[in-house]
Amino acid sequence: MARVSNTALLQQLIRRDLRVALRQRSEFLNPIIFLLVVITLFPLAVGPSADTLARIAPGVIWVSALLSAMLGLERMFRDDFRDGALEHMLLLPCPVELAVLGKVIVHWLLTALPLLLISPLLALLLSLPMQALPILIVTLLLGTPVLSAVGAIGVALTVSLNRGGALLSLLLLPLLIPLLIFATAALEAATYNLSAAGPLAMMAAFLVLALGLSPLAVKAALQVSVN
Amino acid sequence: MAQSAALLEARQVTSVRGERTLFEDLNLAVHPGHLYQIEGPNGAGKSSLLRIIAGLLQPLSGDILYKGELRQHVRREFLQDLLFIGHKAAVKPELTALENLEFFAATQGQPCAEPPFELLAQLGLVGLEDVPAANLSAGQQRRIALARLWVSGAALWILDEPFTSLDVAGIALLHRRFDAHLQAGGAIILTSHQPLDWAGRSLVRLQLEYSW
Repeated sequence: MARVSNTALLQQLIRRDLRVALRQRSEFLNPIIFLLVVITLFPLAVGPSADTLARIAPGVIWVSALLSAMLGLERMFRDDFRDGALEHMLLLPCPVELAVLGKVIVHWLLTALPLLLISPLLALLLSLPMQALPILIVTLLLGTPVLSAVGAIGVALTVSLNRGGALLSLLLLPLLIPLLIFATAALEAATYNLSAAGPLAMMAAFLVLALGLSPLAVKAALQVSVN
Repeated sequence: MAQSAALLEARQVTSVRGERTLFEDLNLAVHPGHLYQIEGPNGAGKSSLLRIIAGLLQPLSGDILYKGELRQHVRREFLQDLLFIGHKAAVKPELTALENLEFFAATQGQPCAEPPFELLAQLGLVGLEDVPAANLSAGQQRRIALARLWVSGAALWILDEPFTSLDVAGIALLHRRFDAHLQAGGAIILTSHQPLDWAGRSLVRLQLEYSW
């Protein structure tokens, strides 16, 4: 029979998952609306003083990015587990790690890409100094794939549990705290016109580590979950 | 030698779920052109056996061999030659029949150049191709899942309760497809509570017992 190439399979998986997500518009818009609401509420609650807002902006943006990524996370494998598509995925004639990478890419496209696109607006809402905007975009570019990749491990571990939601955040948030620290450190340095190279290099290292290792961990976790 | 011609072999497979041994030292040789029906009461381990053969479930001990080689050593070749339709049929409820079918065909290495209307007609899904699968009946969803049998080039089919929620015409259609597949040198392993209406020449029954 015809051999299917790895890239063709990856493409098919991503296309199907994006299609499914676009059919459940409310579900996939939920995280990004949540993020927008949180960030618009802060100036109202803390007061419109640019000084205060600029001081808390890095933390607020990154905490809400983290939480909104968690919101969309469970969908990564939950529906597939219920309708059997997960088993189908594990039995595709390609490395399971590759299919997992496809899932991570889809999650990133659905939660992080919209965030990246509206990040200038967020910076404006929180009066983040303009010189910090490029750094904000770089931290999001480096950090959000880590959220998706590390998140996938947690989802894969908890997918067979009925109510894995609370467990999922308990499991993942400690793992993501270093990311949060370095991302906000980079942003803070940028607001004071200091070099952000150090924290950004750490984030790049996290990215390489997460993308390289998480598919292996997710594969093992999924095999346990369908067992 | 007949033994070496086996498409798939299970050797001394033992499976344990929780505290209970489902089966012990089970041997099974699957030869081309044969249909294997696994029978047994609920909870006897029929689905577990299918999942072990497909590689979704790890047996406590024992090996699965594909064309004489350990399955895990020839994973890609094995999976390319395998069609597994489990209890949950992997039909995406948000997608239409046509989209589900196109995805299955593409992952099976037979991308459809044009919409497979003939196949949809055969399966009685014409006019419903643009309806999300979630809005279709259980039998119609089953038909979408089973459409994979027509777009796949795999030799080994593993089907868990394929006749569930199918009507009489659907079952007859499936029988004809099984026949064609066996004629072409394929092999089928399935579980079913229904007695198979089969000419008998190539049917092998395997009885699993409920044990403690």
